[in-house]
Amino acid sequence: MMQRTGHAIAEGLFTDEAEPRLIGGQDRDSGRIVFPCPPGDRFTPVPLSRTGTLWSFTIQRYRPKSPPYAGPEAFRPWAVGYVELPGQVIVESRLANVEFADIRIGMPLEMTLIPLDPDAPEPVLIHAFQPATGPATGVSA
Amino acid sequence: MTAGSNGDVCIVGIGIHPFGRTDALSGLDQGVFAVRAALADAGIEWPDVQFAYGGSDAAGNPDTIVDRLGLTGVQFINVRNGCAAGGSALFSAQMAIKSGEFDIGMAVGFDKHPRGAFNALPAEYNLPDWYGDAGYMITTQFFANKITRYMHEHGISQTALARVANKAFRNAVHAPHAWRREPVDIQTILDAPLVSDPYTKYMFCSPAEGGVALILASEKKARELGKPLIRLKAAAMRTRPPGSFEVFAPSIDIGGGTATATRIASADAFRMAGIGPEDIAVAQLQDTEAGAEIMHMAENGFCADGDQERWLAEGLTEIGGRLPVNTDGGCLACGEPIGASGLRQVFENVVQLRGHGGGRQVPGDPKTAYTHVYGAPGVSAVTILER
Repeated sequence: MMQRTGHAIAEGLFTDEAEPRLIGGQDRDSGRIVFPCPPGDRFTPVPLSRTGTLWSFTIQRYRPKSPPYAGPEAFRPWAVGYVELPGQVIVESRLANVEFADIRIGMPLEMTLIPLDPDAPEPVLIHAFQPATGPATGVSA
Repeated sequence: MTAGSNGDVCIVGIGIHPFGRTDALSGLDQGVFAVRAALADAGIEWPDVQFAYGGSDAAGNPDTIVDRLGLTGVQFINVRNGCAAGGSALFSAQMAIKSGEFDIGMAVGFDKHPRGAFNALPAEYNLPDWYGDAGYMITTQFFANKITRYMHEHGISQTALARVANKAFRNAVHAPHAWRREPVDIQTILDAPLVSDPYTKYMFCSPAEGGVALILASEKKARELGKPLIRLKAAAMRTRPPGSFEVFAPSIDIGGGTATATRIASADAFRMAGIGPEDIAVAQLQDTEAGAEIMHMAENGFCADGDQERWLAEGLTEIGGRLPVNTDGGCLACGEPIGASGLRQVFENVVQLRGHGGGRQVPGDPKTAYTHVYGAPGVSAVTILER
């Protein structure tokens, strides 16, 4: 796992493990899993699978408006998609450490954390998925 | 639902302020313009209007329009329902007449949005702040993700997306109320800068400005006014079912993404009208992006998933095709003033059913017309008109 400095963008979003996992919410009655875990006592927090496959994707080619976007003024396009975590749920996530042209629906992915602003000294960390067979370290280019 | 003792609710007056950018006029001004046009079209005066429902997302409270139209004491209810605001206003207006409480009333929508993409805030959708902070609170991102999955599952090409945009701008040439009225060829659309892959800039509509007003009356009142009877046979508004994939979704159920608010609103509207998709002569389908029109062709029951590739290649949704879709260029060419957009579709259908479409008139004397809107966070409204 990569060396990380910085802090999570929100509490309760992913686990504080060396290999972090997203935290979903499981409906106490139906067993249905959603992400993120909603507040209240209907849902029980559950760690989600670190690995999954790509369900869909796009490239964000323009800087989102602020508010609400809290990222840096400098903008480089990023990949974002939905990752199917087997038997659990499909989660929305940035895609990291992959060339845009190499992204394919169905590709195996694993979770990582990336900085919202790569140039920040104490970056805010957000969740992302990267190719499961790809580089084990480093930060999204 | 069948018509009560009062017969069908009819649309007896229509008015529109051209969509696009009108810097000199507020959203309210454009609403006033549309109302006056609709009153004139119906041959009535403002004091004749017994009630109104109004939608506006970003141009202030719709009921403030009474300051400009006259303080008649009219009942005026504001509707705020995302992209379904217009459809919800129309639904409510027809219920008021169906109930027998009123004979004649109005549904009005107007809006004026800042340039650029909509900047929705997480709290407005009961989402945590991090979702917006991290750059997920973007409608274009959702639409692109949704069509990427759909193209993968059903074999739709990027060229099909371009065909939809190309048709929109060609149709809009003949629609005086449209905003973007210059034809754009398919290659130019494909070669334009990407906004969110696979969509280029011509494949997304833009937030815009405009106003639309519709005067509704009981069948009895419509006969008194001597207007052609454009009957509102169905108006349905629905929210999302389980397992759907909607705007601003941090997660989706496994196997989800096929059930939609549109499918249930559409099925209900056809049930109310007692007809099926094969009976519709012209359709206005929500096309905030080119792929939306494609997906909505299937979600509204007009073709099977995947058939759109052939339908578009063969021109079946052109003005002279089997099912003309978005005859005024839709949202792609008109832009999307949220409060007015759904009512624009109904305006266009009334124009078509009256045979007043000019260069964009659907041939063959159409008798049935269909509208559909879709919006965040999973709402849909459908109408069916008959003449």
